[in-house]
Amino acid sequence: MSVTSALALRRGRGRLHWTDLASYAYLLFGVVLMFGPVLWLTLSSFKTQAALLEFPPSLLPTSQREISVPGFDKPLPQFNVTMDDGSTRVLAQARRIGLQAQMIDPAEPTRIIRVALDKRIPLRETAFAWSNYTEPLKQFDFMRYLGNSVFVTVVATLITLLINSMAAYALSIYEFPGRNATMLGIIGTLMIPITIILVPVYLVVTWLGLVNNLWAVILPGAATPTGVFLLRQYMLTLPRDLIEAARMDKASEWQIYARIVLPLSLPALAVLAIFSVMWRWNEFLWPLAVLSKSESYTLQIGLNAFQGELQTQWNYLLAMTVITLLPITVVFMFLQRFIVAGIANTGVK
Amino acid sequence: MTVDMQRAATARPMAGFDIWGVVVRVSDGPMRALQRVLGERRMPYVFLLPNLVFFTLFVFVPLGLNFWYSLTGGAALFPSQRPNVGLQQYGFLFDCGSMLDASSCREDHFWRGVHNTLFFVVIQVSLMVLFSLVTALVLNRPIRGRGFFRAVYFFPVLLSPVVVALIWKWILQRDGVLNAAITTLGGQKIIFFVDPGWAMFWAIFVSIWAHMGFYTLILLAGLQAIPRDLYEAAAMDGTRPMRVLLRITLPLLWPNMIVVIVLALIRGVQTFDEVFVLTGGGPGTATLMVVQYIYETAFANQAQNFGLAAAASVVLGVVLFVLTLIQLGFSRRRAGA
Repeated sequence: MSVTSALALRRGRGRLHWTDLASYAYLLFGVVLMFGPVLWLTLSSFKTQAALLEFPPSLLPTSQREISVPGFDKPLPQFNVTMDDGSTRVLAQARRIGLQAQMIDPAEPTRIIRVALDKRIPLRETAFAWSNYTEPLKQFDFMRYLGNSVFVTVVATLITLLINSMAAYALSIYEFPGRNATMLGIIGTLMIPITIILVPVYLVVTWLGLVNNLWAVILPGAATPTGVFLLRQYMLTLPRDLIEAARMDKASEWQIYARIVLPLSLPALAVLAIFSVMWRWNEFLWPLAVLSKSESYTLQIGLNAFQGELQTQWNYLLAMTVITLLPITVVFMFLQRFIVAGIANTGVK
Repeated sequence: MTVDMQRAATARPMAGFDIWGVVVRVSDGPMRALQRVLGERRMPYVFLLPNLVFFTLFVFVPLGLNFWYSLTGGAALFPSQRPNVGLQQYGFLFDCGSMLDASSCREDHFWRGVHNTLFFVVIQVSLMVLFSLVTALVLNRPIRGRGFFRAVYFFPVLLSPVVVALIWKWILQRDGVLNAAITTLGGQKIIFFVDPGWAMFWAIFVSIWAHMGFYTLILLAGLQAIPRDLYEAAAMDGTRPMRVLLRITLPLLWPNMIVVIVLALIRGVQTFDEVFVLTGGGPGTATLMVVQYIYETAFANQAQNFGLAAAASVVLGVVLFVLTLIQLGFSRRRAGA
């Protein structure tokens, strides 16, 4: 009865029961498990390639301190060295021969000091390798992928909001023959995910001449049954006399939609906009099928291609992953309340 | 009335330069003309049209075409160049010595996909529902910081499958932080993704990690809808906590549980993204799922076999249809009750 009692009974506040402690322990474990991996990824993304190869890995991004010494082409790694007399000095390592290292004091670069390998400890410092973030921008088409993803997300969301709200307006404000059948047909498409019509949608897109074009990613998912449903439910609650009054003032049906119903539906539109941004930014299977030229890749497809090619360059891959998850994280931080309420009310994601 | 209308007009989204206002002003002329020609009663069809064009083009037509593709052969994409082969593609798919032994099948990858997906779905859905339920029950207790904890469990739901897979690939790699922990505790490094069992374990683990927040949220909403006075009455009767859970909480949560189970099944059967990026379906075909088979048969292989892919997706569609009918049956019963 131990765990179940902890879960089943509500107790008044005030006294802390052991079941409360168990609940907090469970939740804190959850925080580590759910948030830890993302934090670890972010910390790792600031490590240099050399630091990433270290095993066991260090928590914070650190790297060995280096110093430029006249007479050497490359910066030399610095060590804390225990001298024969017991004192410690900071020396730079010129080269390593067998079990001995030839060290020099940067102050007098000509005198070589021989030190046994076990007498030296690398001098470490916290260093953020911002180059992980800047280099991929120069070396790969990363900016293009980013731009493509932003374009797809913004344009697709605008189209979705427009055509879904028009359909929802028709289905909520008017009585007309075929209304229920249309509603049923739209709800029915909820059951047809892109996974089961991949080939024929590809054909339609080819017919339209859109293969390898970003519009091929935007258009097929623009009319969402979820959006129509969500907006219609909201519009059904709007006061009808407002619309009747507008008609008497000779407003056109288009004006009633654009000037009255749409502005009043802003809360529902906002929820749909958030969903649409999430769907589009994260979309994977369909873009993977329809985009085969790298200049039209979205961020997700580009990232997947990178992880195949850059097996050894984790530093770039991690940084690009962080950039990809950043926008969604920011959206989440500011709009968490709306997202949670939207999902709890509609049961869609 | 006019006051209401003014309020409606001022509720417009954009202050300052009003793009939407300009769009409406420009488009109103043509729309008004259209209304004059068609009459007010036909206007709803005008509003429905764009959405229906999209649905027709990208859902209804493809749905019909999919059947048609599954009855044709050859490697051409365009229908006019594809010979009709009847039910041959389905014959290929089900050409098996024994359906339980994928290697005895002509399309062995399809059957490995079916077996892997079945195994994945059974384990993933049952564990995910269990963890979501426990988490929702804990979050439903009077605790401090509920909003924060709820947000933490929900956060991974928003991450893209590629990001989710890469996060875990980084943790699970040979010299990753998990292997560091294992060696610190005195164990040996494990190279997870060359071992079929471990690969499947992590595929299931990662997909639960990524999605359980969503189901937790639905169950939590269900828990919060249970009337408080039931619990108060139980407390007054001195009912034992276990009994409260079994006699009040779980029975009243059952409709939500059904929704969650069926939704998880529908999504689970379509599993592709995370697993594909995490393991690539490997090692060998150890984590190859049905959707990956469809994708690769149609788009990734040298000979693009659209007919076979379409046949496999029709089979998948039938499974999803049955699951959806089950869900509808349950939700209707709930609505009727």
